[in-house]
Amino acid sequence: MFETDFSSEAYLNMQLLRFTTAGSVDDGKSTLIGRLLYDSKSIFEDQLEAVERDSIRRGNEQINLALLTDGLRAEREQGITIDVAYRYFATPLRKFIIADTPGHIQYTRNMVTGASTSNLALVLIDARNGVYEQTIRHSYIAHLLQIPHLIICVNKMDLMEYSEETFNKIREDFLAMSAKLSIPDLRFLPISALNGDNVVHPSENMPWYTGPTLLHLLETIDITSDLNRIDPRFPVQYVIRPISDEFHDYRGYAGRVAGGSFAKGDHIIALPGMKESTIESIDLFETSVPQALTSESVTIRLTDDIDISRGDMIVKKGNLPSVNQEIDIMICWFNEKPLNPAGKYIIRHTSREARCLIREIDFKMDINTLEHNRKDLTIGMNDIGKIRIKTTQPLFFDSYFKNRITGSLVLVDEGTFETVAAGMII
Amino acid sequence: MTAYRINHLSELENESIYVMREVAAQFENPALLFSGGKDSIVMVHLARKAFWPQKLPFTLAHIDTGHNFEETLVYRDKLVEELGARLVVGSVQSSIDEGRATEESGFNASRNVLQTVTLLDTIEKYKFDVAIGGGRRDEEKARAKERFFSHRDEFGQWDPKNQRPELWNIFNGKKRVGEHFRVFPLSNWTEMDVWQYILQENIEMPSLYFTHRRKAFLRDGVWLAWAPFMKLKPSETVIEDDFRCRTIGDITCTGLSPSKADSLVDIIREIAATRVTERGGRSDDRRSEAAMEDRKREGYF
Ligand SMILES: Nc1nc2c(ncn2[C@@H]2O[C@H](COP(=O)(O)OP(=O)(O)OP(=O)(O)O)[C@@H](O)[C@H]2O)c(=O)[nH]1
Ligand SMILES: [Mg+2]
Repeated sequence: MFETDFSSEAYLNMQLLRFTTAGSVDDGKSTLIGRLLYDSKSIFEDQLEAVERDSIRRGNEQINLALLTDGLRAEREQGITIDVAYRYFATPLRKFIIADTPGHIQYTRNMVTGASTSNLALVLIDARNGVYEQTIRHSYIAHLLQIPHLIICVNKMDLMEYSEETFNKIREDFLAMSAKLSIPDLRFLPISALNGDNVVHPSENMPWYTGPTLLHLLETIDITSDLNRIDPRFPVQYVIRPISDEFHDYRGYAGRVAGGSFAKGDHIIALPGMKESTIESIDLFETSVPQALTSESVTIRLTDDIDISRGDMIVKKGNLPSVNQEIDIMICWFNEKPLNPAGKYIIRHTSREARCLIREIDFKMDINTLEHNRKDLTIGMNDIGKIRIKTTQPLFFDSYFKNRITGSLVLVDEGTFETVAAGMII
Repeated sequence: MTAYRINHLSELENESIYVMREVAAQFENPALLFSGGKDSIVMVHLARKAFWPQKLPFTLAHIDTGHNFEETLVYRDKLVEELGARLVVGSVQSSIDEGRATEESGFNASRNVLQTVTLLDTIEKYKFDVAIGGGRRDEEKARAKERFFSHRDEFGQWDPKNQRPELWNIFNGKKRVGEHFRVFPLSNWTEMDVWQYILQENIEMPSLYFTHRRKAFLRDGVWLAWAPFMKLKPSETVIEDDFRCRTIGDITCTGLSPSKADSLVDIIREIAATRVTERGGRSDDRRSEAAMEDRKREGYF
């Protein structure tokens, strides 16, 4: 970060990688992030001074790097992470957004929050304890969220005499557990977050490990194919209709491309009306662009005056999403109040809002065995299960597997308006 | 097909525009908190892009401490005129005069904390149901914990231990009567991103950000701008030198950097080489370990 011959051009051309931490409480997630920032020289002097000062004040013998992300008073008092902290750093190769998430089961919802926007997860395992229930829960959530890259960091190797055997044993255990999950890119790394082994610098204590360091992996893992660039989807967020003489007849559909691409001249269909039209122009501020790609925020104008409003979706002829009111989803439940099988919930899906009721609870996941429990169907806080819902209006969706944007939704409590569940469409 | 990718700055821009549009769609009466600093200037620029050719669907709200850099007000008024926007000003001085806020005394007296009272009063007076702020997660450790859509109870309080889950880019802006939201479209931007974007978009900036001659004094290792109402300790002396502001806020607590940077490119070079954070110069954050968290809990920006 602190380069003297800084190049704006190089900075602008960097790729962005969003990653998250996961794993059981106290396995060393926050310490690892602190170490990563510290050893890559991404910490400012005043931040470091503050953390040194606060470490001494809290009676730590050495500087406690977890304080770099554990910023809340309650977190510092209890020595745990409660909510996600976001940190940013860049190396000459990439820019990173880190979500350091809590391991404590009570705060699983915050782990899911941090993980939902990530394309890579660091799963920490304490070398002394091995694979825990919470390790499995988080790995399973990462799998549900379709995070394509998982790096399993076997941490605290310093407390196990940097033993290769320990590392191999944990790797075997993890592989046995995760055989039921389909994780496209899985790596294992022995580290000491406390001392920095294999984080930014290769470990001198583990000559038997000859693979890349964590930072090297983060800088080089290929992430270009992580978005859906095939199926064109444009959820309409907002209709732009200026009331001015200059733009009297202007009517633009503002939104962010959720999949594929759109170009001027494309024949489109607007859901739910199934009306057809052609893209007249794709506007971006005072100019128009020939094409809009996945994740770009633009404004689309059509040749015909058809009725389109927020919550509708523009797609292309010959490539329609599913349109349905009965939907099977995997859910992660976040609220103390369990899922009410007779209740109604508000549902938010892309820019669309509807209400839904629960048709059926198919199973609850048994986290220890990763098996489907069909006997006990109460879905309480931190439970994961499969349900079928019926919505008041049709949703336009793809399976989460195909598209993380059009395949995801949240459930909102009608009384408190709290977000009570995350849903992934099957 | 050639492998294309969107660089990280446009990814941030796309995300922020998306957030602004969600605000316009989900709320009835949004305010955009405009302080005249670089973050709020970038926010206004993004909002223009998000809704062009429509006018901003937001009211600009300035919480005025009365201790402003003169230039900030000039810049603000010019921008408001250009945009044809609606501006409301909440005055900390009025809050003090009405007895709703008490002026601090002593050497480090600042109106920064008092802004919370005025901010909450302004939100209530104009019935804003959401206030868009320029806060960034990289600024401070409590801010690093903030959601894009941050829920506030009827007292304007933030409860960091009990935030709503926020998944993917699905934002839940639903609230009960009296509650409101704070929304931070620049959450994922760093100071460097902001300046790179200003350069890329060629956004006009107040000259305070560039080098200029200024009277200043050193306090606790931080250069502070001198103004007639500021109390000096006996050991402090006012000097005149070349400075620039790294952040612009209330004059009493905005740190200055000794600098000769007179272009955006110079500023970017300076930031790339700096080893202290921009808030390292803000005496309001140095008051205690959890100063920011405490202020935010009470309803601060
Ligand atoms: N010996 C040793 N101790 C470590 C290592 N990494 C972390 N620790 C210690 O483990 C404890 C927990 O570390 P944290 O980083 O707070 O753990 P965490 O995973 O972030 O915990 P939560 O966020 O609350 O789930 C602290 O006392 C750390 O100093 C390591 O590599 N070796
Ligand atoms: Mg932690």
